[in-house]
Amino acid sequence: MGRGRGEILKKPHYIVLVLVVLLVIVLLKLPNETAGKVKLAISGLFLPLFGLTGSVHQMSGEGKETVAAKGVLVRQNEELRRENEALKIRLQQDEGVWSENARLRALVGWPGQSSWRVRLGRVIGRDPANWWRSLQIDLGARDGVKTNYPVLTAEGLVGRIQSVGQTRSQVVLLGNPDLRVAAVVQTNGETGIINCSSSSPQENNMVDLDYLSGGTGVRPGQMVETWGQGGVFPAHIPIGTIVDLRSKEYGLTTEARVKLAADMGALQEVWVMAP
Amino acid sequence: MNWLHSILILAIAFFAVFFETWFDGFRNVLGTQIDFLPALMVYAGLTNGFYTIVLTAVCGGLWFDSLSTNPLGVSVLPLLAIGLMVHRGRELLARDHAGALFCLGAAASAAQPLAVLFILLNIGAVPLLGWKSLWQWLVMTVGGGLFTPVCFALFRRFHRAFDYQPAPQTSFRADREIKRGRG
Repeated sequence: MGRGRGEILKKPHYIVLVLVVLLVIVLLKLPNETAGKVKLAISGLFLPLFGLTGSVHQMSGEGKETVAAKGVLVRQNEELRRENEALKIRLQQDEGVWSENARLRALVGWPGQSSWRVRLGRVIGRDPANWWRSLQIDLGARDGVKTNYPVLTAEGLVGRIQSVGQTRSQVVLLGNPDLRVAAVVQTNGETGIINCSSSSPQENNMVDLDYLSGGTGVRPGQMVETWGQGGVFPAHIPIGTIVDLRSKEYGLTTEARVKLAADMGALQEVWVMAP
Repeated sequence: MNWLHSILILAIAFFAVFFETWFDGFRNVLGTQIDFLPALMVYAGLTNGFYTIVLTAVCGGLWFDSLSTNPLGVSVLPLLAIGLMVHRGRELLARDHAGALFCLGAAASAAQPLAVLFILLNIGAVPLLGWKSLWQWLVMTVGGGLFTPVCFALFRRFHRAFDYQPAPQTSFRADREIKRGRG
């Protein structure tokens, strides 16, 4: 405590400060791919903690199963069995439609569609910064996950894989400025781009559908889904519902606010889709 | 003890970053995540030397950015600036008064996101900013302020547990010892 204020920084301290500033500049100038790899290497230090929380989560789930009343489990089992049978019947019907679709496509000469292959991932963390929307899931390269794979829930599209580590991946969510999706309005086929919400960017479940035509026939309540153009997202994944519209650029284009189908604030598990 | 103290600060920074990623409670209730690193930098600045401050800022910033969509390294300089500024004025700053620590932590927690946003906007990144950002900034400021005295109390407890305590003064004085005997 006896040192005066003037003594606080000495020559070695200045050298260290210059080195830190240089390090930061180098890191900020790294190409995206390299920076992603460095990030994954650094965040790999957290793997034991992520593993530990995963184990605790699993154990708590097993604990719940142990203490759950037998009557409740039997009832749930019965409900699931019925739902499973209903889904099997629906699947048989869909398979018929699917093969008919493939046959007609072949007759017209259009390229065939492949079925979605999905894998369930658990959300293990969210972006600690308040100005981005992303999360971490417990699927990585060893599970066959690759960059740009779409991520969804049963309700609709969630985002896409931004970077992939060996055992976990980072998902950038809809509404993040980095993520734009080509979308189509289900009923009238009008197309636009899903972007982060300009009026309420911090609203988890709201995005904008930009670049609709000026005299658009789009109305609130209509469903929006992926268009399939752009090579990342396949067509027909539900995105959300139109809430309201406003005119932009002196009426040349229209912007619609879309309420996302998936509840972004309550994501616990997501599906990663392999094309 | 110094190296142990530095390691402890780094360990707490590590767990703080993980906690911010893993814990959803603040997000669900307050709509924002509280950042504990500025408060930790205040502690490091007031009680530790230059190298511990630099190490905490670099490691804490990189750990934070690695789990975030932030460009890597963007959080380091604001944290370092907070630590060094507190360190520079440490003889003038009260560290035993909870109110003063709250103010210091709140100021650091208010300045850190602003500085990060300033850098982000200057390197061409487009963070999500709106009116709700003001609320988030307020919560981060108050939350960081509240965490600072807690942080000091935790470290004080740690010191009590692991530091050598000063030997208690006894009434015995060698020069006043009565020597019995024939001589």
